[in-house]
Amino acid sequence: MTAAATIRLTVNGEDRSLPGGVTLAQVVTELSAAPSGVAAAVNEAVVPRSQWDATVLADADRVEILTAVQGG
Amino acid sequence: MADDLLTIADRSFSSRLIMGTGGAPSLEVLEQALRTSGTELTTVAMRRINPAARGSVLEVLQRCGIDVLPNTAGCFTAGEAVLTARLSREALGTNWVKLEVIADERTLLPDPIELLDAAETLVDDGFVVLPYTNDDPVLARKLEDVGCAAVMPLGSPIGSGLGIRNPHNFQLIVEQANVPVVLDAGAGTASDVALAMELGCAAVMLATAVTRAQEPALMAEAMRKAVESGRLAYRAGRIPKRFHAEASSPMEGRASFDPEAPAF
Repeated sequence: MTAAATIRLTVNGEDRSLPGGVTLAQVVTELSAAPSGVAAAVNEAVVPRSQWDATVLADADRVEILTAVQGG
Repeated sequence: MADDLLTIADRSFSSRLIMGTGGAPSLEVLEQALRTSGTELTTVAMRRINPAARGSVLEVLQRCGIDVLPNTAGCFTAGEAVLTARLSREALGTNWVKLEVIADERTLLPDPIELLDAAETLVDDGFVVLPYTNDDPVLARKLEDVGCAAVMPLGSPIGSGLGIRNPHNFQLIVEQANVPVVLDAGAGTASDVALAMELGCAAVMLATAVTRAQEPALMAEAMRKAVESGRLAYRAGRIPKRFHAEASSPMEGRASFDPEAPAF
């Protein structure tokens, strides 16, 4: 793998091309700096915040990043 | 009514009004309505994060000292609902969930098969599950049997404001339930809420009736008072309904007049 290798994945339904080795923590931080109130799932599995740094995303991953909004 | 707390699972509340946050024109209007309602437990939905969003419903709830109750609104399958609940637990640090699994967008009625499946899974996973359910006594019992901490039957479809369409079913559900029964969905105005409490509901959950009222904070006050009045009436024990009149003044001891004589 070269430094230029990119992966293609979806983040909240949007197609993204990101550098190989990108972590879930980096993707979440791009969308929210909030220290709480946010949760993430990769390919329909919840990834606890404590594991975001260690979670390296892969090609074709489907990432969902959610927070609380008005509802119900 | 400090001696008449609403207890669900391991938590007690002095307010029997559970609020939703959807439909409010602004966070400011929402905050005012929530404060006026006296609610201590209020729902939020889980959605994709919007980096452009300004203000947060969570900040409003924190400021008001209101417990957050995430819901699974918009989920059509047990799988979606279970994943959404697990995400809400992770995001909000609560194992409480208002479980919604709807069958279609037109009616927003619960899908009973998926609902029961999701409820069982979430209870096993350590959640305190409060399911939005049909006004079906059999389904309510089955939800209780799998370990739900309350049952939340709909009075009528979400946002319809049609009140309680089948009060008899509510009575049946209340009569058999060993967990709190909470009217969820359908309340349009204060009398709907009072009726729910008079029928023995332990609490009422509503959103639209307040957030889309002409004056949300004023309606929130009406709802708070209706919950309290209905609850008091339930505890007081209403008189039986009867076909004919029953005089409240005694017939004995009346004066004896010639019915034709008195001039007036």
